[in-house]
Amino acid sequence: MLGNEAIARGAWEAGVRVATAYPGTPSTEVTEYIAQYKEIDAEWSVNEKVALEVAIGASVAGARAVCTMKHVGLNVAMDPLLSISYPGVNAGLVVVVADDPGQHSSQNEQDTRYFGMAGKLPVLEPSDSRECRDFMIRAFEISEEFDTPVIVRTTTRVAHAYGLLEPGGRMDVPLREYDSRFGKYMVAPAFSRRRRVVAEERLGKLREFAETTDLNIYENGSSDTCIITGSIAYQYCREVMPNAGFCKLGLSYPLPERKLKDFCGQHKKVFVVEELEPIFEQHLKALGVPVIGKAKVPVIGELSTEIVRKGLTDTAPEPVSTPFENLPVRPPVLCPGCHHRGPFYVMKKLKLKVAGDIGCYTLTASPPLSIMDTAICMGAGIGMAFGMQKARGKDFAGKSIAVIGDSTFWHSGMTGLVDIVYNRGITTVVILDNSITAMTGHQENPSSGRTLNGESAPALSFADFAKSIGIKHVREVDAFNLKELETVMREELAREEPSVIITKRTCILHPCAVRHFPLKVNPDLCKSCMKCLSIGCPAISFDGDKVKIDQVLCVGCELCAGICPFHAIEKQPRPGGGPA
Amino acid sequence: MKDTTNILIAAVGGQGALLASKILGAFATARGDDVKMSEIHGMAQRGGSVVTHVRFGEKVFSPTIEQGSADVLLAFEMLEAARHAAMLKPGGTVIVNTQAIAPLPVLTNEMPYPADIIGNLKKMNLRVWHTDALDLARRAGHVKTVNTVLIGMYARMTGDPAESWLKVLAENLPPKLYKVNQAAFTAGYNLSPPWTEQE
Repeated sequence: MLGNEAIARGAWEAGVRVATAYPGTPSTEVTEYIAQYKEIDAEWSVNEKVALEVAIGASVAGARAVCTMKHVGLNVAMDPLLSISYPGVNAGLVVVVADDPGQHSSQNEQDTRYFGMAGKLPVLEPSDSRECRDFMIRAFEISEEFDTPVIVRTTTRVAHAYGLLEPGGRMDVPLREYDSRFGKYMVAPAFSRRRRVVAEERLGKLREFAETTDLNIYENGSSDTCIITGSIAYQYCREVMPNAGFCKLGLSYPLPERKLKDFCGQHKKVFVVEELEPIFEQHLKALGVPVIGKAKVPVIGELSTEIVRKGLTDTAPEPVSTPFENLPVRPPVLCPGCHHRGPFYVMKKLKLKVAGDIGCYTLTASPPLSIMDTAICMGAGIGMAFGMQKARGKDFAGKSIAVIGDSTFWHSGMTGLVDIVYNRGITTVVILDNSITAMTGHQENPSSGRTLNGESAPALSFADFAKSIGIKHVREVDAFNLKELETVMREELAREEPSVIITKRTCILHPCAVRHFPLKVNPDLCKSCMKCLSIGCPAISFDGDKVKIDQVLCVGCELCAGICPFHAIEKQPRPGGGPA
Repeated sequence: MKDTTNILIAAVGGQGALLASKILGAFATARGDDVKMSEIHGMAQRGGSVVTHVRFGEKVFSPTIEQGSADVLLAFEMLEAARHAAMLKPGGTVIVNTQAIAPLPVLTNEMPYPADIIGNLKKMNLRVWHTDALDLARRAGHVKTVNTVLIGMYARMTGDPAESWLKVLAENLPPKLYKVNQAAFTAGYNLSPPWTEQE
């Protein structure tokens, strides 16, 4: 079972009734699997903050609730998370956060364990799929026993690793009474000061719990070395030093200080192996325990068996030499037929400064388009484009543009747009609307017209929204109509008023997308000017003589045909007749 | 863990590496092995390099393969075979589809596609089995079944009966895709490795 599937299984077995999430790699599948359990009301929320607020409401109203996000999503949800810490919970409340060491699909490597510390919240860290299921059940028990939200932290190699487990049945967890205890969920200072004391007492009880819980495992090995570790790092260490003593911390906050001191004292040499930040290491050093940690294991990137072996032993094998040197890299690229390509081609032609955002279209920062200048966090581009106007004036606003996808706009771009209108900005904003959260694998969002469960839902209109907040100039353009895109962009950039341009097309990977018969280059007309290569379509290549179109990859979108100055890219008749 | 088998799958996003690792893992599970696998999602469909790790044996800890310890590299594309050849242990096996998919620097004419990858693989201390799996997949009925052709070759190499593999395929594929994948698997399974079977 995939780690994320096991998390979902654990939530179901624990009697969860409400599940919320915003998609983000490597957390996305948790909620997709949860949606398959009919006993759980699951939703894609508009963003992580709302997701957590819905889950908190469900907990207060008596239902066990789980809220899932990736690590940077937790930043969006930090306000409700830290605010619900003192009040605590009614029914169990678990926040699943998937970290991404190595930044496979993320803008940073923030370590969620710190956020547990900041919120005085217990953090559980499974190291494989079986523990993903088990720890979810334990997390709900801890949440209710200690009146606290609980964080379950995974990483890419736990969330996206498969392991075996025996699934169990669903526990019978009845809906609790609505929690109407006086002031418990009121954070007005008069109430909250009292809960502040309760939260500190709770942390003390959790520290005592940490000393005895079997979430932490202590194994005395046959050598005088021991390793303090947790999460996936435990698995690497077991491969490298099977005979060492192990303390595997399943509860990574708060730490069992007495037990750790005692365990470390039984060994001559103590290694701390933790992915990302030296949290265990610093804590142990503060307790006066001499440990070896980040001196031997890097703080940057994900760990691996070979990195741990190199750090902890002197027996690391020599890297295998191969006859292959300087191989061309293979970065991800926009798909053949991707509708993002057209708008960015026009932006490049107009030499615009582009404040971009998070999504597949972030790939346009890379060659050959190389057009996006900024992508900081979800929804940032709109505010940033406005900030650039403030710094450099209206002329600059006419040469710069904000670009954002549909899901990202609802997530946190819309507030930026309201800010522009309110503060009399003139920014031009392009919304790339494919009506699906494409990057993470086609999750529904407020413009999809469907919910997570596939039920029909209102498809929110960007044009209506923009008009309702007072934007007078809202243009809808076909993403493949380069001529019209250019005209509209020029017109709106010239205007000293805010405007929104919406480009609408279905994601080419979506089952509903229309794929056409592949195009072909007419070698008699092609002058090898390479203009078609500038759009970075993986289906188009140059063999040193003429341009070729890959007949497997091409979906016949005709964008390349539209920019070829010699009309050398042609449709071909479908074999057996019929329209091309 | 000496008894652990390590299989690395190297492919280009969209070639079906995730499904292939699922099939290999399901086969080992059905046999009663402990199994762990690791994959990377997110960007995978966007035509980038994709690597999945499959490990099975009596007891498996890490879901990823240590460099220089892979028993088999299933490469769905030649350049990806070259990129990950160093993951193989000395004497390991690489099963490679001779398809070349140009990566971005090649598409934009900045770099050439590396020449003679198969010849260079053969210079290493490896067993190299190469075939045009794309052609076999096309003849089986769909170009997207390259993954199943390569699984067929791997199954042939291990000597397990085709029936037990086909059973796992049937359990892990939507019924409407089974027939074409059965044909693709059989096309791979009917090939013979270039080395003698007793080797």
